[in-house]
Amino acid sequence: MSIYLNQDSKIIVQGITGGMGAKHTALMLDSGAQIVGGVNARKAGTTVTHKDASGADVTLPVFGTVKEAMAETGADVSVVFVPPAFTKDAAIEAIDAGIGLLVVITEGVPVQDTAEVWSYLQGKETRMIGPNCPGIITPGESLAGITPHTITGKGPIGLVSKSGTLTYQMMYELKDFGFSTAIGIGGDPIVGTTHIDALEAFENDPETKAIVMIGEIGGDAEERAAEYIKAHVTKPVVGYVAGFTAPEGKTMGHAGAIVSGSAGTAAAKKEALEAVGVKVGKTPSETADLMREILQGL
Amino acid sequence: MDLFEYQARDIFEKHGVPVLGGVVATTVEEAREGAEKLGGGTVVVKAQVKTGGRGKAGGVKLAHSPAEAAEKAGEILGMDIKGHTVHRVMIAQGAKIAEEFYFSVLLDRSNRNYLAMCSVEGGMEIEQLAVERPEALARIAVDPAVGIDEAKAAEIVDAAGFAEDIKGKVAEVIQGLWTVFKAEDATLVEVNPLVKTEDGEIVALDGKVTLDENAGFRHADHAELEDSAAADPLEAKAKENDLNYVKLDGEVGIIGNGAGLVMSTLDVVAYAGEKHGGVKPANFLDIGGGANAQVMANGLDVILNDEQVKSVFVNVFGGITACDEVANGIVGALDILGDEASKPLVVRLDGNNVELGRQILNERNHPLVTLADTMDGGADLAAAKAAAA
Repeated sequence: MSIYLNQDSKIIVQGITGGMGAKHTALMLDSGAQIVGGVNARKAGTTVTHKDASGADVTLPVFGTVKEAMAETGADVSVVFVPPAFTKDAAIEAIDAGIGLLVVITEGVPVQDTAEVWSYLQGKETRMIGPNCPGIITPGESLAGITPHTITGKGPIGLVSKSGTLTYQMMYELKDFGFSTAIGIGGDPIVGTTHIDALEAFENDPETKAIVMIGEIGGDAEERAAEYIKAHVTKPVVGYVAGFTAPEGKTMGHAGAIVSGSAGTAAAKKEALEAVGVKVGKTPSETADLMREILQGL
Repeated sequence: MDLFEYQARDIFEKHGVPVLGGVVATTVEEAREGAEKLGGGTVVVKAQVKTGGRGKAGGVKLAHSPAEAAEKAGEILGMDIKGHTVHRVMIAQGAKIAEEFYFSVLLDRSNRNYLAMCSVEGGMEIEQLAVERPEALARIAVDPAVGIDEAKAAEIVDAAGFAEDIKGKVAEVIQGLWTVFKAEDATLVEVNPLVKTEDGEIVALDGKVTLDENAGFRHADHAELEDSAAADPLEAKAKENDLNYVKLDGEVGIIGNGAGLVMSTLDVVAYAGEKHGGVKPANFLDIGGGANAQVMANGLDVILNDEQVKSVFVNVFGGITACDEVANGIVGALDILGDEASKPLVVRLDGNNVELGRQILNERNHPLVTLADTMDGGADLAAAKAAAA
């Protein structure tokens, strides 16, 4: 078991012919994920060729629209690598086509575009992850995004994080245990899937025994997640928050990582998590140690 | 990006929001000319700083003639308001104010939509109003797909409790401010106060606008709004090289890949610094995914030019990026910089191709470079080296 993504997931890539799209299509295939095609209106009817996990050539069709790609391949997941100026339209196209899972990797999407996509998504079938995220990996089964699939394998830990590299770092620190699913929700002010969504899914996933939640400065997603944990999560949760040394009013790399006045500080987030019994590590490795202790006690 | 009041005023005017005449001045002479341009009558000389509370700090003064405007500008220019030096004043036309209101529309992260806030009690600090008299502040959710149309504007003025005779006019101004928010890709448009003049006109007397830098690609004119003079010189240099850099007040320079990991690195260094005389991280610098030699050299160049920096911690997790590329980047950067590289570097590499990366650094055996096995260990070593320098 896993959340949102498994070995049966059939994935298409919007922007499969671009630099990022091509590079990561190859890496996703190498992980064993079922990539079934791609979309680029200007290159419809052509194909791209990459190697699969066994080293054999795989030729993938490029379609003109997401709708067509889904009809021809049975795809239920789309990974979006198109540039920021085209991301809103790409997302809306995929939502209109009824895609089940939409993973938006693109960094630098105007927040009004994301807000409009989010509004458009209401009442529809699609789950969006991102934008500005590394995507989602269910080790040993599938990968929809850019998370390196070689760090570790399948295991009992569920991970949800705003940051890509901290996700990789944490998977590496806990590579001896492995992960059910690791999901990078992205560092933008508005994202499609939140910490709370992932916590709920991990709570309901029998394979996930414990959860690592990684947050960072900005907004109140971590505080709200803490309230959710208190009310709904029975599995052990270990937390980490980045950005204690971030100055007020400065954007720290991620568009959403900003302390505004006294709001969105790392200290407030840590306090909120600890208040509901979540153990919060001071460093990534201390956080991994806390998780290790929990898993060894299970 | 936060705008100055005079920039907000100009943007309001561009989108048809009623504002009073206003001219920006950086010298006493320009202030005099500005006051003359506005008719030579009563003007308000307002400090242009990106912080609140300038009125209380003496940064807003009335002047009844161009000569007095120049005099007041002389008093205000160069003032320090909450750590912000005043480099510009706005000479604004005087207004006869009958009533003061409040309006803002902003990105609401928690609810993933926009929030309009409006009150008939303007002029005071809105945070204070929200706490002391929350019932006086109308809060109306705005659907990003719809925006503030006529119906939504009417809902807002009703909720705020405007008098019947001005409701229509206020709603019209609110729709104009929505146009500013939408057309300029803002995340905040705030008017405090929005006023009714003695002749019954509704005017935006002050303005605060925050623009979304991610939307810069569709607003070529936004780049000019940036206050490049106020930027830290190192931050300006980093920006020229497309580096994601924030200057901090510390001794350990930081380079890493990925915003989250770099933020975490700053924290871990600050934590380690507690044991080493309280040394702190000197900066945030994310070199992103493709850390080739030139990017690494540009990053090191910025950090090594920070006189406060005593040591540097390079913390990279090779995810997509391979550690051998990063190691080649560091070696290449040190070669490019030559004698300019004069401070100790602690390097921690993990992940993709880590053995090869470490091998490259070991073989180069640069006297300034020390390899660390872990992030915590590297932070400790870099802090120790900074404290010892």
